[in-house]
Amino acid sequence: MVIYGIALLGVCTLLGLFAGELLGSLFGIDANVGGIGIAMFLLMCATSFFKGRFEIGNVSEKGITFWSMIYIPIVVAMAAKQNVVGAIDGGFMALMAGLLVVAVSFIFVPIISNFKRK
Amino acid sequence: MEILNEVLISNNLITAFVFVGLVVYLSYFFSNHFTGGRFHGSAIAIILGLIFAYSAGLFTDGQKGVADFAILSGVGILGGSMLRDFAIVATAYGANFNDLRSSGKAGVFSLLFGVILSFSFGALVAISFGYDDPRSITTIGAGTVTFVVGPITGSAIGAESEAIALSIAAGLVKSILVMTITPLVARRIGLDNPKSAMVFGGLMGTNSGVAAGLAAVDPKLVPYGAMTATFYTAVGCLLVPSVLFFLVSALY
Repeated sequence: MVIYGIALLGVCTLLGLFAGELLGSLFGIDANVGGIGIAMFLLMCATSFFKGRFEIGNVSEKGITFWSMIYIPIVVAMAAKQNVVGAIDGGFMALMAGLLVVAVSFIFVPIISNFKRK
Repeated sequence: MEILNEVLISNNLITAFVFVGLVVYLSYFFSNHFTGGRFHGSAIAIILGLIFAYSAGLFTDGQKGVADFAILSGVGILGGSMLRDFAIVATAYGANFNDLRSSGKAGVFSLLFGVILSFSFGALVAISFGYDDPRSITTIGAGTVTFVVGPITGSAIGAESEAIALSIAAGLVKSILVMTITPLVARRIGLDNPKSAMVFGGLMGTNSGVAAGLAAVDPKLVPYGAMTATFYTAVGCLLVPSVLFFLVSALY
């Protein structure tokens, strides 16, 4: 049943977000601490660790893969609802700050990725 | 016409599927026919989405891009955080545990380093533009961490609303730039494996930026980047109003 896959994905997402909120209130901050990360971890556990004992099945699996494939259209919708005017109207300083920070961060991606190999 | 409008508005989520489907189709058409497939269709779709959002914002004076048009209000649901998070979690299906574990240290390091790096450069820009009170400098620096950390920090340390507004704008600029520039520089910065995706997520941190940036490069990398990025805003909310604010206050 395809709904089993969707439901499993839903359980993992909700548990993860719940744990993230709990962690947030534990630290006393108004933000979700790693909820999505915890949810992804749960999903990976549920689908890989228990292989053999717990088979998700071909059709149920489609309930998860559908959502992972619909990801890009969701991101396109997300782009289309951004406050782009707000970003550009924020003034020269906001533009400079954003630009500089992104440029510097990009430079460090290969540097940190290659740390170990050296 | 009015009846059609009514159908489109009361079924807004379905209208959104059609709208996004058209945007994606157009983008892949552009990609194949004008760039020979070299510029990825999803990258074009995201940029097109941002352009639409900009025009819509000018037209409606709203803050939600095309979702401020009643007909396209479903785009707000489809692109909202609920479905976005659901889909990001789904991408983890098929992600490799060993890849995650073997790049775990680099991921954690990039997370701490990324927050401090973004904050420092954001604060430097604020200082170079003549800000000299630690609250404003910290808040603007926080905004360059993410546009969530900016206002949270600002209200925690009692910054002026002008600084908070600037911090949100700086965070938005960052997230939009990450969305658009990532596919252009991906090859040059070696963003083609799980480890560099985790480092990328930790350095950039903006959830929407990382999500869209990696989607346009290689959807297989999304779970790795999202895994570190999901902790970024929280690390920012922890570090900036406390340690980093004290540091800035001590210097000024």
